[in-house]
This record gives sequence, structure tokens and C-alpha cells, in this order.
Amino acid sequence: MASPGKSVAVKAPEPPAELVRESLVLNNRSLGWITNAIAGVCEKPMPIWWWPAFIVSVGGMLTMFSLIAYLVSTGVGVWGLNHPAAWAWDITNFVFWIGIGHAGTLISAVLFLLRQKWRTSVNRAAEAMTIFAVACAGIFPVFHTGRVWFALLPGYLLPAPNANAIWPQFRSPLLWDVFAVSTYGTVSLLFWYVGLIPDLATLRDRSKGVMRRFFYGLFSLGWTGSNRHWSNYEKAYLLLAGLSTPLVLSVHSIVSFDFAVSVVPGWHTTIFPPYFVAGAIFSGFGMVLTLLIPLRSLFKLEDIVTLRHVDLMCKVLLATGSIVGYAYGMEFFIAWYGGSPYELYAFKNRAFGPYWWSYWAMISCNVISPHFFWFKKLRTSVVFVWIVSIFVNIGMWFERFVIIVTSLHRDYLPSSWGYFTPSWVDIMTFVGSFGLFMTLFLLFIRFLPVIAISEVKGVTPQADPHHPLGGAKGHH
Amino acid sequence: MSDIFPRWTNKIPLMVGVAAAVVLPTVIAGITYYFTPKYTRVGYQPKQPVAFSHAIHSDQLGIDCRYCHSDVDKSWFSNIPASETCMRCHSIVAKDSPKLSLVRESYSSGKPIPWVQIHKTPDYVYFNHSVHVNRGISCVKCHGEIQKMDEVYHAKPLSMGFCLECHREPEKHIRPNDLVTKLDWNGEFDGKKAVHDWKVQPGQSCSTCHR
Repeated sequence: MASPGKSVAVKAPEPPAELVRESLVLNNRSLGWITNAIAGVCEKPMPIWWWPAFIVSVGGMLTMFSLIAYLVSTGVGVWGLNHPAAWAWDITNFVFWIGIGHAGTLISAVLFLLRQKWRTSVNRAAEAMTIFAVACAGIFPVFHTGRVWFALLPGYLLPAPNANAIWPQFRSPLLWDVFAVSTYGTVSLLFWYVGLIPDLATLRDRSKGVMRRFFYGLFSLGWTGSNRHWSNYEKAYLLLAGLSTPLVLSVHSIVSFDFAVSVVPGWHTTIFPPYFVAGAIFSGFGMVLTLLIPLRSLFKLEDIVTLRHVDLMCKVLLATGSIVGYAYGMEFFIAWYGGSPYELYAFKNRAFGPYWWSYWAMISCNVISPHFFWFKKLRTSVVFVWIVSIFVNIGMWFERFVIIVTSLHRDYLPSSWGYFTPSWVDIMTFVGSFGLFMTLFLLFIRFLPVIAISEVKGVTPQADPHHPLGGAKGHH
Repeated sequence: MSDIFPRWTNKIPLMVGVAAAVVLPTVIAGITYYFTPKYTRVGYQPKQPVAFSHAIHSDQLGIDCRYCHSDVDKSWFSNIPASETCMRCHSIVAKDSPKLSLVRESYSSGKPIPWVQIHKTPDYVYFNHSVHVNRGISCVKCHGEIQKMDEVYHAKPLSMGFCLECHREPEKHIRPNDLVTKLDWNGEFDGKKAVHDWKVQPGQSCSTCHR
């Protein structure tokens, strides 16, 4: 505990006891303790478990890269997808990964604008997760084009003048998707990086090695912590939060347009944008919990990422999970109420057709599991929350699989029905994408502060100048 | 804390900015110039096995294109004439010329003359000569002023952009049907009316050419 300040002459009036908010950082930790705890994670050598985890992840990543090389040199036929399911695991994985990213943006931007101070303990890791998830997501649509070099030529994905005198199809949601995802990736990266600058400067000033000093120094852009720096920084952060906020809604809305704008039964519905956004936030918070629960205990950060944080994130899971469950029900209702026999068949086929197992896997993971979180006891039991968060991840992958494959494999014309089975390349590429994700995340733990040091310090009571221990008085 | 970086490093952002402002446009201009068919294809003039001159046959003598390329208005393919076609005249005209020895040899042996193809659409492009030639698109539009060439060369880029230029505005390129092989024609013509009357509907969707 911080030593009490010297006797204070004028005491600010205390709020009534019932209005005093619980401190976000437990055990009244001092500012110095917070810096040491967080910066210590990436300054000390990594614990033993980190190495096997890293080696396995790199192995997965290399598997994925070699399979991509195999795909590029052989053709998209190495994946199991074909007519009628020309989209299958590739787009499932894309939507899965891009959805996961949404929690990071929601926490970092929306909760910032809504002044939810608890975000400070989780936003850094969540934003990192966003960027790594977007990187994994981007791989699948890019490589499902087969001859990827065409995707890079101007005129195909990028609107730029070219010798073919063509432009991309601006009326296609697939093009909107290119813009949505690349904007999202860019803004998320900038937001993450701008937020990192003060902490990188902290690491620079604490670092002993020449290499560390050089690289932290390079990326902290000469930050000195002057008033002018802080003032510019906070303006930039606010602006980026403002820019990111619409992206929380727009990116997955546009991803849903990839389906909703088509005329395939089971895709062509207006509920898709809100339903996809809710699902994305649901899956993203699932992944945040999956990552942060082990992280906080492995690095002894329980005083900063507290049970209250876990509790609050479970409430988000409960809210968005309920929206997702409602959307599943409403889809069925509209399929019946809309009176289109094809639409009705698509939904009957989802639940009772050849892919019934994926549908019921989705329902049990996504509809049932969040409702445990009506109970505070379960919301604060970290092991239970962690297990449920894994089910959320599984369920949300199945949701995308159900939407994409069950709709495509049987549409209007029974003569062109089929059944999709993934090839081993499909499976290992997806598994490998987790390797890429985890490699990036483990490197993030290794080299960057996993929690926003300056922001957490800013929400402690002693950072408030009116606090008895606040300002320069009790600071040490 | 001592300085990590020397003072001049403050100028790096500016230097990077200036370098990017110079390098990027140069690279883009370079690619635009050197890596498009306007540069890579135009001017291609391989040595042909027989020194056949279009200038003599077409311009001086006024032989119609279709005398030799006889299928151009009937087929997707514009045929290279067989040596029999050459020999129709050359069994009488310049019949002992050493320049024509390969033609005579081909005529007697039946082995085709190994002409080198100059204009070639890629395998993934479906191009039909007859539909163009029968709707007022002259040979010169794609092959250039072939009647003035002693040795044929690639005169137009034949890039996709080149095709689309005409498919987007056919009225600017169309001419009376009977003047399609009149290569030096340069008269007035109501292209808009012809496009309407002949129901010229040049497709612009991918599958028009990439079938």
C-alpha cells in the first residue's frame, strides 16, 4: 500500500459511502507498482511455458504458410470447396477471424467514448488481438482467389488506373469488403500504436540493453511526456476513437452484405447486419476472455485485470449472446412468415438436413452457454468463464460455417445440390491460422506492455489531484 | 537520460517523405510506361521467312485484304493464305524470283511456310474476326496501316484497355461496311446511326471475351 500523504490542510468533501466506486486496481496498488508489474512482464525473461507455446505456434504458422504455398502453386482445388459450395472454410474462417477483432475496437473506441474506465486494463491486449485477428482474416479471402497476384494488380481489388481500362465492380459488396477490412486494419493498427507510444517511452527509459533502448526509442518517437506531448496525444487518441467507433458497426455489416446482398436462400435477409455485428462482438469478447484469463494469472496481474473486469465482459457476452440467440429465432420466424418456400427449406435444412450437427453445435454453444452468465457466481468463476469462452469461440465458428455452407449446398435447384467436405489442407490451414495468431500474440507478450500502463495509472484514485493521495502529493 | 539518437535523426521523417515523393511517382510512371502492352508489344517486327510486302500487294496493286485472308469475314479466325493462293499469281508473275523460292517449295511439297505470328490474343480471350469485319470495324483499327508496311509490325497495343476503348464508344470507330478493307479511307460517317441501325451491341461484361 502507498504510504499515506503528509497531513492535508484542506480536505475535499468525501462523497457518500454508497457512491464511492470500487477502485479498478485492487489492493490500492501504487503507480510505481503498476508500472513495475506491467513493464516487468516484457522486461524479465519469459517463463518456461512461453517457449513450448511459442514453438508450437510457430510450427502452426509455418504449416499454414507452406499450405498456402501449396495452394498457390497447385490451385484452389487443394481445398475441399467446389460447386455448389464455392465458399466454405475459407470464408468461414475469414468471418470468424474478422469477427473476433471487433471486441478490441469496441473496448478501445466505443468504451473510451462512453467513458467506461474499466476498459483501460483490457484494451491493449484486446486491440493487439484485433490486429492479429485481422491479419489472420485477411489471408483467407486473399488466397481463395487462387492466382493471388491478380488480386494485387490495380483494377481487380484496388481501384487504380490500369492497362486493362477496368475498375473493380463498385456495386459489389465484395469490393466494399476490401475497403471495410483494410480501413479497419489500418485504423486499428494506428489506434493501437498511438496508445502504445507513452508506454514504449516508459520501456525505453527503463531498458538496460542497447537493442531494447534503440527499438523502444525508435518507436516511442521521441516521447518525453511533456504537457504538449500529452495534449497532442490525447487529441489524436480521441480522434482515432471517433474514427474507430463507426468501424465497429460498419465492418461486420459489410461482411454480412457479402451474403445479404446476394439472393441465396438463407443469406438474403435484412437482419444480417445487426445480427453479424452482435455475433462479432460476442465472439470477440469470447476470445478476449480466452486470452486474458490465463494471461492475468500467469503474469500475476490479477490486481489490474480483476474479477470485476471478467464479470463485466461476461455481461457483454450475455447481452450479445442473447441478441445472437434472438436473431437465430427471428431468422426461422421470417423464413416461415415470409412465405418463400426456398427460404423455409433453407432453414429446415439447416436444422435437420445433412449438416444438422453443425447447426446444433452452433445452437448449444451460442444460445445456451451465454445464459449461465445471469448468475454473478458463474461470471466471477474464472475457470468456468474460460471454459464457456472456448465454447463461444467454437460456436461462433460453427455459426459462420452453418450460414455459408448450409445455404450454398442446397439452393433453388435440386439437381445442383451437393455436400461439402473439407480437405486436409482446409483443416490444417485453419489450424495453422491459430498458430499465426498465437505467434503474434506471444511475441506481443514478449516485447510490448500487455496492459496500457499510462491509462491504468490514469484511472487509479491517486492519479486524481483531488484525491488525498493524489497529484504530486502522494505520488511516488 | 542520455540521447539515444543523434540530432540529425529528427530529419528522417522529412527525408523519407521527400524520397517517397520522388521514388513513388517514378516507379508508377516506370511501370505504366515499360510494363504495359503499349511498350511491350507495339513495334514487334519479327523477320518473316518470305519477304512479303503488304505495301506492294495492298497499296500499290490494290488487292483486297480478303483475297488472301479469305475467311476473315466468315470465321473467328483470319487465315494466313496457303501458298496456293500466292501461286495463283506467282506462277505467272515473277515466277522465277529467288525471293519466292520458299513459296514454290512449299507449293510443291505441301509444307506450310513457317510465318511468324505477330498479332496474338491470349488463350483466355475469345475474339471473333467476322463479327467485327461485318459490322464496320476496319482492319486498320487493330492492325494499323498495314497497307504501308513492307514488313508487318505490331502497330497497336491490343491491350484489354484498347479493346474496351472501342467497345465503350463504337460510334467513333465504325465505318461503312463496304469500306472495311479500304484501309486508307478517311471520310465522314454517322457512326451513331450505324450503331443503332445495325444493332451493334459490343459487350463490356467479362464474359463477352473471357468465356
